[in-house]
Amino acid sequence: MINDTLHSRRYVIAGVITAIVLLYIVRLFSLQILDDKYKEGADSNAFLKKTQYPPRGLIYDRNNTLLAYNKPAYDITLIMREISDLDTLSFCRALNIDKAYFIKRIAEIKDRRRNYGYSSYTPQLFMTQLDIEDVATIQQSLYKYPGFYIQNRTLREYAYPHAAHVLGSIGEVSQKRIEKDAYYSSGDYAGRDGVEYTYENALRGEKGVEILLRDAKGRIKGKYEDGKMDVAPKAGDNLILTLDIQLQILGEKLLEGKIGSVVAIEPKTGEILAMISNPGFDPSTLVGRQRSKNYAALVRDPTKPLMNRATQAQYSPGSTFKPVQALVALELGGINEHTRFTCNGKGSSPIKCTHSHGSPVDLLNAIEQSCNPYFWHAFRSTIEKDGYGDKNTDFKHSFDQWRQTVMSFGFGHRFEDSDVYEQSRGNIPTEKFYNRYFGETGWRAMTIRSLSIGQGEILVTPLQLANSMAALANEGYYITPHLNKNDTMQKRVHRLSVDKKHFSIVNEGMWRVFEYGTGRRTKIPDISMCGKTGTVQNNHGKDHSLFVGFAPRENPKIAIAVVVENAGFGATWAAPISSLLMEQYLTGKVERAELYNHITTSITNANVKKR
Amino acid sequence: MSKNVSIKYAIDWTTVVYFVLLVFMGWISIYGASYDFDQTGILDWEQRAGKQFVWILTAFGLGGMLLLVDYKMYNFFAYVIYAVVILLLIVTIFVAPDIKGSRSWLVMGPISFQPAELAKMATALALSRFMSAYNYKVKGWRDLLPLSLFILLPFALIILQKETGSALVFLAFTLMLYREGMNGIILLLGVLAIFLFVVVVKYSEVLVGVDQGSLGMLIAAVTLLLIQFGYALLYTKHRRESLYLIAGVVATVGLTLLINVWYRVNFDYVSVFVVIASGFYWVYMALFRRFRKFWMLAAVSVGAIVFSYSSDYLFEKVLEPHQQIRIKVLLNMEDDLTGAGYNVNQSKIAIGSGGLWGKGFLNGTQTKLKYVPEQDTDFIFCTVGEEHGFWGSTLVLVIYWLLLMRLLTIAERQRETFNRIYAYCVTSIFFFHLMINIGMVLGIMPVIGIPLPFFSYGGSSLWGFTILLFILLRLDASRLERMH
Repeated sequence: MINDTLHSRRYVIAGVITAIVLLYIVRLFSLQILDDKYKEGADSNAFLKKTQYPPRGLIYDRNNTLLAYNKPAYDITLIMREISDLDTLSFCRALNIDKAYFIKRIAEIKDRRRNYGYSSYTPQLFMTQLDIEDVATIQQSLYKYPGFYIQNRTLREYAYPHAAHVLGSIGEVSQKRIEKDAYYSSGDYAGRDGVEYTYENALRGEKGVEILLRDAKGRIKGKYEDGKMDVAPKAGDNLILTLDIQLQILGEKLLEGKIGSVVAIEPKTGEILAMISNPGFDPSTLVGRQRSKNYAALVRDPTKPLMNRATQAQYSPGSTFKPVQALVALELGGINEHTRFTCNGKGSSPIKCTHSHGSPVDLLNAIEQSCNPYFWHAFRSTIEKDGYGDKNTDFKHSFDQWRQTVMSFGFGHRFEDSDVYEQSRGNIPTEKFYNRYFGETGWRAMTIRSLSIGQGEILVTPLQLANSMAALANEGYYITPHLNKNDTMQKRVHRLSVDKKHFSIVNEGMWRVFEYGTGRRTKIPDISMCGKTGTVQNNHGKDHSLFVGFAPRENPKIAIAVVVENAGFGATWAAPISSLLMEQYLTGKVERAELYNHITTSITNANVKKR
Repeated sequence: MSKNVSIKYAIDWTTVVYFVLLVFMGWISIYGASYDFDQTGILDWEQRAGKQFVWILTAFGLGGMLLLVDYKMYNFFAYVIYAVVILLLIVTIFVAPDIKGSRSWLVMGPISFQPAELAKMATALALSRFMSAYNYKVKGWRDLLPLSLFILLPFALIILQKETGSALVFLAFTLMLYREGMNGIILLLGVLAIFLFVVVVKYSEVLVGVDQGSLGMLIAAVTLLLIQFGYALLYTKHRRESLYLIAGVVATVGLTLLINVWYRVNFDYVSVFVVIASGFYWVYMALFRRFRKFWMLAAVSVGAIVFSYSSDYLFEKVLEPHQQIRIKVLLNMEDDLTGAGYNVNQSKIAIGSGGLWGKGFLNGTQTKLKYVPEQDTDFIFCTVGEEHGFWGSTLVLVIYWLLLMRLLTIAERQRETFNRIYAYCVTSIFFFHLMINIGMVLGIMPVIGIPLPFFSYGGSSLWGFTILLFILLRLDASRLERMH
């Protein structure tokens, strides 16, 4: 009968229950009697390990000028369980806060969803980043408020109100970062952006620990073994940047009242001499108690001061792309140094010329005069050199060759081996993109003619532009642009896909720009300079004013790119700014006071707040 | 004879004694766990021990009241109670405030209550009523389907309240179903699935040979082959067929090792091949030799190998990262002592530091300095382990064991099917809670937050368990009542 067999199943169930209970008793036996490991664990729990924070590494510029250092700051922490008989009113008065804020903070601390690691027995952050003045009052009367403690910290202080985008800032670590990196615990500070972020691991140093004894009631009974086991904190490594702070300051002054950016690079080393983005901000506004308020104001500002335009903004390069275009055309056989094309000035088709000059023009004149039709013909004969072929495959092959060669200048991708924080990729459009847009055979040289003069889908960052000038100055290679002076790892040589022999003519053309062309009015006396202006059409109003160049021609020491948004001609704004910066860097001073005054006092964008 | 008099004799006082003992020990432990140095006494109403005392008194009152109800009522109103509780669960999802991410508490003024605790009782009653219907037998899938609906409805609702732990308790009913006739293979398959999952996940990154496959798959394959041999050899007594298979497997393994001398073989493929091939062998036997029992062997083999292969995938892709970490910590694959492993590690330290005799009442440093989280609810057993040592914890375990054995005795002496099924439901639920909770505290079960019956702090759970138990006592008492 079925019920008889089912009846016996109770023995199976009883057996399972008994087996589990026995298993647990065996486990208890091994945990409590056999294993000593857990008794040691209990000992270690009776210690209170107090973290000692190390001073953060200092930051210097390339000439060992101190840029960022530390100042003492204080956090108010509390242990919820130890608070008793708190006179909230006097406490708030001593800290200069109101009662509503006090109540709000306590509620936030207790909220486990926001304060993940909350425990009423461990120290919790009540207020952070207070100055000595803020805590002076409460320090004397702290004994009146059991459960509250003052924790020493260090905060950043800055020698100059400049270079905020390069330096970056420090803030409390996020929960995500704590999970990723065991070094951090809740309430720690860490670099959030800029070199503070990139070099966080070197700058932060190593935390020390002070071991205190606790009795079973949680009271501190003094130091463990008189502090023999304590570990002293290890200060962070100092960081020497490639920046020249004087150049940086001058650049920031020159961009006042304008939206734009500057990147200057030493071509031989790839060291970034200046990286400016305006509007910017004083880095010290993002330190201390006012940080969140100031940060919110910066986020709200429509001119986006938090954005580092030097690496994050993407522009069509316009005419500043022409030297690169010329090199690519020479390399791929689209033109040679003697090639001439006719130019009908404003009557040219399909692209008009914006300058008046003779016709036909050769390459030197085309660069000097920024002749649009010349570069259209050069571009076309480069990507059409093998004709179109079946289903345009030959044409697409040539186009892809063109794209690869352009990208070898550092365009269209991030400098992955660089320490520069938050770069944009830029864009050198792909064959796939046009296939999708126009159909497999729906596009020809004519369709993408804007690319010939650096307009259209092509996008570059100021950093990439400056780097391309370094490559031209070096006649065939560039070293990854970087910010750490001591890091030889970064000095990776990237060879261009363009033969060395092609550079002299293009550089000659760029030299002529300063001698006879659009740059002649901004030439520094007695220095041979190479450059190219650009006036870039865009969808946001007036043309962007661009300039790229390097100097001196014979032995280049500085390569530069300048962008001034919606300001007009390249020759009017970007070229003089570059010229003044090159003068400063090459001669150590600015002698052209008139030009300097004109640029610093001109405002091209009324929305930019004066600092 | 009047009812009230008879019940005094009819009630199973042994169970009541265990109940009172556990509740009392739990109360003492809560006092130890939440003991504060400036605390005035065990009856301080502001403290948890004081509050628990109130809950205990009300639980006694509640138990007494349940004994006074006519036993037929529980059978008669089983579906009504079930419907009301389900409705309450649905309402809870919408009105409950978010407490630590869970939406399972109904808050009425100073009192909050978790309806999920009532759902166990309601489901037990409904199942007992349904299964005690005339001529009902648990045999095929068709019989199990309505039962699973009874179980899955509150299960799903509690999942929606984000109380996965409480929902898992409903798995306990499978033990009752087993007693009532469900094929034991289903339980074994469940155990096999858990075993394969653990082995495959734990050893998936342990490589065999020169990156030639994972140890997990190898162990899984060997286990499956052993099951096949064992089943064929012992259960169906087809010796010859299983010997052929052993020979085949040995030959394949030999061949693999031979080939391996010249060419590196992927052992994963070989082990899967062997298991699938032997599966086909059983299919062949089932088809051409008409050994019908081999169908199942083939199905289980293929199913298990598919399951083994997919569990790694399931683990990586389906589980949330925090769930992955919990499982990894449990399987000792990761030492996450500050995150997910913190609770378990601290609880092991607390228990381990108790030693043989414990540190004495109120002298536990680990629990008192609040190193152990949830120490008066889910991790209450730590306090027992730390303050009363090995003998104290063993004593508690033994009392639970005695209680469970007593409940089994009660279950088997029922003449009414309804009563027996309900008794098994109660036993299964208590056992499941005990197994998961203490297993978790001892670090051999994953961290699933469910209370220890009668021990953990909290009115809802105490009331829930009391109701479960006292309805059973009332039903049991009716057995003698009739004889008078």
